[in-house]
Amino acid sequence: MDWVLNLWFELPVLVQIGVKIVAIVAPLMVAVAYYTLAERKVIAYMHVRVGPNRVGPKGLLQPIADAVKLMFKEMIVPTHADRYLFIIAPVLALAPALGAWAVMPFTDTLVLADVNASLLYVLALTSMGVYGVVVAGWASNSKYAFLGAMRSAAQIVAYEIAMGFALVGVLMAAGSLNLREIVLAQSGGLHQWFFIPLFPLFLVYLISGVAETNRSPFDVAEGESEIVAGFHVDYSGMGFAVFFLAEYANMLLISGLTVLLFLGGWHPPAPVAPFTWIPDLFWFLGKLAVIAFLFLWFRATFPRYRYDQIMRLGWKVFIPVTLVWITVIGVAKFFTPIGHWFG
Amino acid sequence: MTEIRNYTMNFGPQHPAAHGVLRLVMEMDGEVVERIDPHIGLLHRATEKLAESKPYNHSIGYMDRLDYVSMMCNEHAYVLAIEKLLGVTPPLRAQYIRVMFSEITRIRNHLLWIAAHGLDIGAMAIFLYAFREREDLCDIYEATSGARLHAAYFRPGGVYRDLPEKMPQYSASRVHNEKQTREKNINREGSVLDFIDSFVSRFPGCVDEYETLLTDNRIWKQRTVDIGIVSGERALQLGFTGPMLRGSGVEWDLRRRQPYEVYPDLDFDIPLGSTGDCYDRYLVRVEEMRQSNRIIRQCVDWLREHPGPVMIEDHKLAPPTRREMKEDMESLIHHFKLFSEGYSTPVGQVYQAVEAPKGEFGVFIVSDGANKPYRLKIRAPGFAHIASLDEMSRGHMLADVVAIIGTQDIVFGEVDR
Repeated sequence: MDWVLNLWFELPVLVQIGVKIVAIVAPLMVAVAYYTLAERKVIAYMHVRVGPNRVGPKGLLQPIADAVKLMFKEMIVPTHADRYLFIIAPVLALAPALGAWAVMPFTDTLVLADVNASLLYVLALTSMGVYGVVVAGWASNSKYAFLGAMRSAAQIVAYEIAMGFALVGVLMAAGSLNLREIVLAQSGGLHQWFFIPLFPLFLVYLISGVAETNRSPFDVAEGESEIVAGFHVDYSGMGFAVFFLAEYANMLLISGLTVLLFLGGWHPPAPVAPFTWIPDLFWFLGKLAVIAFLFLWFRATFPRYRYDQIMRLGWKVFIPVTLVWITVIGVAKFFTPIGHWFG
Repeated sequence: MTEIRNYTMNFGPQHPAAHGVLRLVMEMDGEVVERIDPHIGLLHRATEKLAESKPYNHSIGYMDRLDYVSMMCNEHAYVLAIEKLLGVTPPLRAQYIRVMFSEITRIRNHLLWIAAHGLDIGAMAIFLYAFREREDLCDIYEATSGARLHAAYFRPGGVYRDLPEKMPQYSASRVHNEKQTREKNINREGSVLDFIDSFVSRFPGCVDEYETLLTDNRIWKQRTVDIGIVSGERALQLGFTGPMLRGSGVEWDLRRRQPYEVYPDLDFDIPLGSTGDCYDRYLVRVEEMRQSNRIIRQCVDWLREHPGPVMIEDHKLAPPTRREMKEDMESLIHHFKLFSEGYSTPVGQVYQAVEAPKGEFGVFIVSDGANKPYRLKIRAPGFAHIASLDEMSRGHMLADVVAIIGTQDIVFGEVDR
């Protein structure tokens, strides 16, 4: 084994980083592909139908067939579209969705970049995602796409604030901006996980996360039955596929962050024998899958909000709730006997 | 300060919420709709004109294709109008069968409506739940008339044939093995009436299921309560009929107000709304499904105990049996005359309306004594409803327009005719 490790340390740093990036992005892309299949299957069973079952055994090759089809399709650029922005937009959407994974601690040791303020980095990158949507809507030069972009911009601004405040709560409880240390602050069992003392913030974060990723019931930016496909109505082929990838990568990212911030990351529910047998990584991925399943469940059951109702929910409900709870945390932490519970 | 202008947007005819081929030219102030101009006529097939050029019976099939989600109700109006013109009354059993199928059709229509309305507002699950039951109703259509959609089952003087004694069954295939097939065939062991019976027993539970998905759903209520309000008085002025009118609290149901067939003998309630918004109309239609179910139950019970003819004996109107045709010269002549020339009606004009699932569906026939109508005019409920789209959605947002189109239950087959 030693010679492998030696070889690894012999490699230039850039190559090492490159390999690590591939090691994260490649499984992520596979996960995204199979998340789309999972979505179709889960929703199908919730809808008393079967879902894709033709390509490969039990339909397992469906995402690959989809990817191949989309890659070979022509990417049509509308005549009156702004060519450069039109092509850049999907990249702008995908890049932050992938970039944010750099600081994601899968376990205590398994993290690409253990930067100090990784929470801020994540917040900054997830906010960038909206530019892809806005630019796509603008560059398409279509009224439907434009409406979708406007909706998305307003929605993401509103929910980014609620989300930010929810993170302030976590930050206060954990006393750190580093995702790894936030998770370490939750060690010791289920009762230490932040979703109990920060329950309102947990809900706000989760729902804002759904809104952030433009998922049902907050999918007004796509608004299938109103503005057809919203911002990406004019995209085809690979451009469309990249938007698709970005959306699902973002969903997985938000699920991962929810697990890290509120559900104890890679910690098992109790640090005792049967739970500790399962490796940390599986705890993390398992919790992530549960949250990711919630996204699909919402989509299968809820009707879609109207644009102004989403705004009302964001500004008039979530932001006040988070503000109040931040105050509660502050007061509880310093003036009550249960303060240790809040971090 | 730059000048702020409204912009015009084209909605449809290729649009997922256009319910076919509706084209709206909308004047928008941001997301708020200032004015809507519905453009119709993209599905115009000249049904009325076509009916003027062929014998009466040949047009029954066209009636199916008007409101293509409530097929037999359209036939019903047409057939009743001809019967009124001729002055004949079909046998009682035929009347019960027709009423039963009208109500089956009403449930079919409302199932499609709830599916499409739900999908318009973004609730996907309801779509497939509703289609699951609709499938059984399609099977009833198929078993009885041979077609799942365009039945052409009602005839002047009765119905084409009696309810079959045997319900067709599934057979095992590569997709469904023996066991699954047996499970699917449990309800299909007996006659078509037995199958309808089992459906009727099951269906109220299914409606409960739809209601758990929508009725108390906060998002559903936010999207439908106080959207597209029409007062009762205004609804009458706009010529609304059916659930659109009853949702506004006006008790007007042709099955009660201008009874036809055996409706006076049947027991059912007429649900009414109060505020006249999308939510009230939703509740009215859901309750109508339950009431239709009650009517079907009564018809099934009656039909079980009263066998008999389903077509009048007059061979000027109804074809003789094949056997008679082979053995009897006169029957052969009747058959030939009926299927080539048809029958002639007395000179006069007649209007007959039925309570179709969408409202008052009426047929107006002017006869000059020939074997085909001199003029046929169809009164489609959707036409009056779509005309009020502008008024109903003014000041609402784009997403509400979709909800309002859904609540109007528009089908372009009947609007454009």
